Amino acid sequence: MKAKKVNPEMIIKKGKSGKTADEKWVLRLYVAGESPKALTAFANLKKICQEQLKGKYSIEVIDLLKNPQLGAEDQILALPTLVRKLPVPVRKIIGDLSNTERVLVGLDLLPKS
Amino acid sequence: MKKKASKPAIKSLQKSPSGIQGFDEITGGGLPTGRPTLVCGGAGCGKTLFGMEFLVRGATQFNEPGIFMSFEETIEELTKNVASLGFDLEDLVKNKKIALDYVRIERSEIEETGEYDLEGLFIRLAYAIDSIGAKRVVLDTIESLFAGLPNQLILRAELRRLFHWLKLKGVTAIITGERGDETFTRQGLEEYVSDCVILLDHRVTEQSSTRRLRVVKYRGSTHGTNEYPFLIDENGFSVLPVTSLGLNHIVSNKRISSGITQLDEMLEGKGYYRGSTVLVSGTAGVGKTSIAAHFAEAACKRGERVLYFCFEESPNQLIRNMLSIGIKLEPLVRKGLLQFHATRPTFYGLEMHLAVTHKMVNVFKPDIVILDPINTFVVGDKEFEIKTMLMRIVDFLKSEHITALFTSLTPGNSALENSDVGISSLIDTWLLLRDIELSGERNRGLYVLKSRGMANSNQIHEFILTDHGVELREAYIGASGGLTGSARLAQEALENAKVLTHKHEIERKKREIERKRKELESQIAALNADFVLEESEAVKVITKEQDMINKLEQDKMEMAVSRKAVMRKSAPGNLKKSL
Repeated sequence: MKAKKVNPEMIIKKGKSGKTADEKWVLRLYVAGESPKALTAFANLKKICQEQLKGKYSIEVIDLLKNPQLGAEDQILALPTLVRKLPVPVRKIIGDLSNTERVLVGLDLLPKS
Repeated sequence: MKKKASKPAIKSLQKSPSGIQGFDEITGGGLPTGRPTLVCGGAGCGKTLFGMEFLVRGATQFNEPGIFMSFEETIEELTKNVASLGFDLEDLVKNKKIALDYVRIERSEIEETGEYDLEGLFIRLAYAIDSIGAKRVVLDTIESLFAGLPNQLILRAELRRLFHWLKLKGVTAIITGERGDETFTRQGLEEYVSDCVILLDHRVTEQSSTRRLRVVKYRGSTHGTNEYPFLIDENGFSVLPVTSLGLNHIVSNKRISSGITQLDEMLEGKGYYRGSTVLVSGTAGVGKTSIAAHFAEAACKRGERVLYFCFEESPNQLIRNMLSIGIKLEPLVRKGLLQFHATRPTFYGLEMHLAVTHKMVNVFKPDIVILDPINTFVVGDKEFEIKTMLMRIVDFLKSEHITALFTSLTPGNSALENSDVGISSLIDTWLLLRDIELSGERNRGLYVLKSRGMANSNQIHEFILTDHGVELREAYIGASGGLTGSARLAQEALENAKVLTHKHEIERKKREIERKRKELESQIAALNADFVLEESEAVKVITKEQDMINKLEQDKMEMAVSRKAVMRKSAPGNLKKSL
């Protein structure tokens, strides 16, 4: 009962903070070469960011085949992996990001249903 | 450290020695080179240590660098944990002999959307392998992935790919897995890693645990199939292969006293062989510890060092009890010649006991080791492990030239010769103490059941505890068998009585003869007296008769004179002569 009451407030809060101009989103996409999965993931991510975070996001694509040592920092196992570095806390979304709703949940842009 | 190179058989499977004591002997050379091996077992059974030792030994002894990829412990934790085994991981990492990688997956941080693979893990592993030219890889425990990644289908497919990839890479890998309920591993990893499966077990029987190792499967190789007990101590893993008993000790001809003179006499008058193994067995309360204490005391008086493991009594209690039979152990302890080590057998598992024994012996450097008693280990049906453990101890002590004395309690209802832990074959001198129940009392008897290499007495001696120690008495051997205690005393009294009777008889006979002699003598005296009487009578008659003759002559002469007859001069002379 209580949870239901709290949830709408959370959405409002998130919505509010999401709209503040000074907040910056730093996203990292880890991939292994230009695999189909990597390309799909990148396209999906770009689309979501354009829709939800227009103007206040940056995406860094890291190819582990070229820089394998970079994978350790974010504990990357699965590829592709999207890491939300900012705002904290760090969130990880694995897979080709084809399910937009789940990506939004993963990025805290939508509450978990 | 035991090393055993794989046999150069015709194109047989190549093996990478693990460097783990005893393990390479069981597997005939180690783990299969270039193939993944599954090491599975329950929590706390030593999987991580097994993997780590494999890497460290590989890096330090066989010049094979290794990667340790941990999914559970952080690098810092790992380094600390294995430092207790004497492995300096920091140094090895610095010298690029070993690389540690900690992989952390937080389920709460991860959201899953659509297709993915574990290429990241592959890349990471490949990068690590290439960076130090690793030949060995340990993945501990890859099953953690199942908790972190939601999509099992993808995960299983990727794991299959991973193991295949490891084979292609040509690294000798250990994959650890948590034991499942029905399967070797919770997630069925044995399905993917099927070249070599090693099962570690940490079983608790009757409240004490024993670690065991079993090679479940080893493709392309023969291997020991038994469960082998193993232990983890500050020197790392050591598996105890039963078969590795080396029977090539240097033996000594020197003899040492048992501390009991009469017992020495039973053993050719010289006592035990130095470096031999002595077992004193018997039922409850027959004085096994007393024999051990005598031996310890005698050794200390010779200036030797004695290590006394007591599993039933505390040292103080033992010292006090031995004082009651006149054995003063306390000054010996103070002098540092005698050291007690008291633990409950159930305090830790068998393998730990073995390890502790090794350690104590190595530190104290004793000449004599006493284990009192060995069979308190026997709880439940662990006889086999105990036997192998004792075998290891005997083997170890013999190789160190240490004389060992074990005491063993024989349960009342079993055959005395049935040494409880079945170690009789390991024993050189076996003293059996037994109760002899006769005429309502219980007495102790001792005999030498066996004593290798000496002509020992085969007689049962009565064993008596006095206030000045143990005394052995020749048991009464008579027509009705051996007798002890009051029965012996009674029998001896009976014997004495018999002898006394005989003595009396002799006395009586002697007296009778004397009496007869006296009787005879008195008879002789009486006869003599008669004779003397008769003789005197006879003499009297003779004199009388002579007088008569003389009278007659005289009368004749007088007659002649009166008749004035011519006398023939010779006639009276003739008559006189005739008298």
